[in-house]
Amino acid sequence: MEINALQLILIFIIACIAGMGSVLDEFQTHRPLIACTLIGLVLGDLKTGIIIGGTLEMMALGWMNIGAAMAPDAALASIISTIVVIAGKQDVSAGIALAIPIAAAGQVLTILARTITVFFQHQADRAVETGNLKIIDFCHIGALLIQALRVSIPAVIVAMFVGTSVVQNMLASIPDVVTGGLRVGGGVVVVVGYAMVINMMEAKHLMPFFFLGFVVAAIANLNLVALGVIGTVAAIIYIQLSPKFNQTTVAAQSVSNNDADDEL
Amino acid sequence: MSKDLKKLTKSDLNSMFIRSNFHQGSWNYERMQALGYCFAMVPIIKRLYTGDERKEAIKRHLEFFNTQPFVTAPILGVTAAMEEQKANGAAIDDGAINGIKIGLMGPLAGVGDPIFWGTLRPVAAALGASIALTGSILGPILFFLIFNAIRLGIRWWGVTYGYSKGTTIVADMAGGRLQKLTEGASILGLFIMGALVNRWTSINVPLVVSTITKADGTVEITTVQTILNSLLPGLLPLLLTFACMKLLKNKVNAVWIIFGIFILGIVGYGLGILA
Repeated sequence: MEINALQLILIFIIACIAGMGSVLDEFQTHRPLIACTLIGLVLGDLKTGIIIGGTLEMMALGWMNIGAAMAPDAALASIISTIVVIAGKQDVSAGIALAIPIAAAGQVLTILARTITVFFQHQADRAVETGNLKIIDFCHIGALLIQALRVSIPAVIVAMFVGTSVVQNMLASIPDVVTGGLRVGGGVVVVVGYAMVINMMEAKHLMPFFFLGFVVAAIANLNLVALGVIGTVAAIIYIQLSPKFNQTTVAAQSVSNNDADDEL
Repeated sequence: MSKDLKKLTKSDLNSMFIRSNFHQGSWNYERMQALGYCFAMVPIIKRLYTGDERKEAIKRHLEFFNTQPFVTAPILGVTAAMEEQKANGAAIDDGAINGIKIGLMGPLAGVGDPIFWGTLRPVAAALGASIALTGSILGPILFFLIFNAIRLGIRWWGVTYGYSKGTTIVADMAGGRLQKLTEGASILGLFIMGALVNRWTSINVPLVVSTITKADGTVEITTVQTILNSLLPGLLPLLLTFACMKLLKNKVNAVWIIFGIFILGIVGYGLGILA
């Protein structure tokens, strides 16, 4: 499928929004659910976009920037793999597999962009000498635009070449063992994201709840909302009963116990 | 001094709230969110200071800063209140304002990371993705609305709460409420992760262990997977999750682990062990 000029412009804009979302981490426009859906809409196959978004989102569930540690880049991965699947007429599982090296490349690009931004930080220091608050605005927005271009430039390049016969033939020549294997890997690769979330919590004493969730999901055919309710109820009961949060009452009881002992 | 009291207006706080949505825009490896913090403080500095005082205020808010982005809101509120008092002559030195920023950013990140990145986003995203997998637009929309409604609510509440309470917010931090909230969110997050490990993975080991032809002629094929399923469905993904946690703890890049799983998939599929 050839991508026309209007579509290229729209891809550029969406990629900019996703790129900014990726560094801001506020509106979540960099998450596969949003970015893939928007690209699907532009390329005229909304449904495939949503499905790729949902599949990639499960895989990227635990990708998060904590402190100074950068996660694999969901923005670039979402946009390019959706373009390749829809415009390059590939299987969704091939797109998912493609997303991984792109996420790694995006991670390198965002680290680069965040290093370049040190320059903007230094430029902003000039506001201290002049007292001009416009410099602060200018440097901050300028740095944000670098992050927008970091995603939009590679995305537009891919969009321009994905329709060419060279790329199409290359994609078509992937052997069955690779696509089949990627589908198998795709079935379990989501656990990496889950593992990232579990590690981030760093709460060994709460791990019983992880196993509870595992077993409840294994034996009962409940949807996510019902599971969420059970999890919330478990959390509330735990907080109410945990001695950690009820030290005052425990202390009061032990005091009264002592009184009783004295009387005896 | 006969000067009028300097007062921040409602629109200054609104402007700070809007700007705070771009907090991480200039995240960099030197001072991280420093410039973003100053960017949000611009309307405050503009209202309160001129001349050299303004330059000093800009300098104060270009110091190193980094925390979970949403919990910056109450810190912004507190520093806005402190700057207002300082502009009206209160004896607050630069160190006190930066001390509050530095003092709050660590504990608040400890609350914000598990609540927002560990629970809210994965749970909202899993809900959205589960609907999206059926091809329904409701999935992305639901995720976007749930996450942003809560996020904006927290940001708005944080700015106003921080501003109205000022430095007394530090006492709130020590109270049990935040710990309860963090622990509760972690429980929900871990519970859902457990459910997802079981529900949202698929693996099949079709290796045939035995083929029994019964008396009535039907053939019963037992594969490795049927044995595993009779033990506990989802056992292999569970073990794989633990392996990933171990590797991640040993600082192995997530991308390499994902690559490794795909390679295992291709090899296993090629050999007919996995399907």
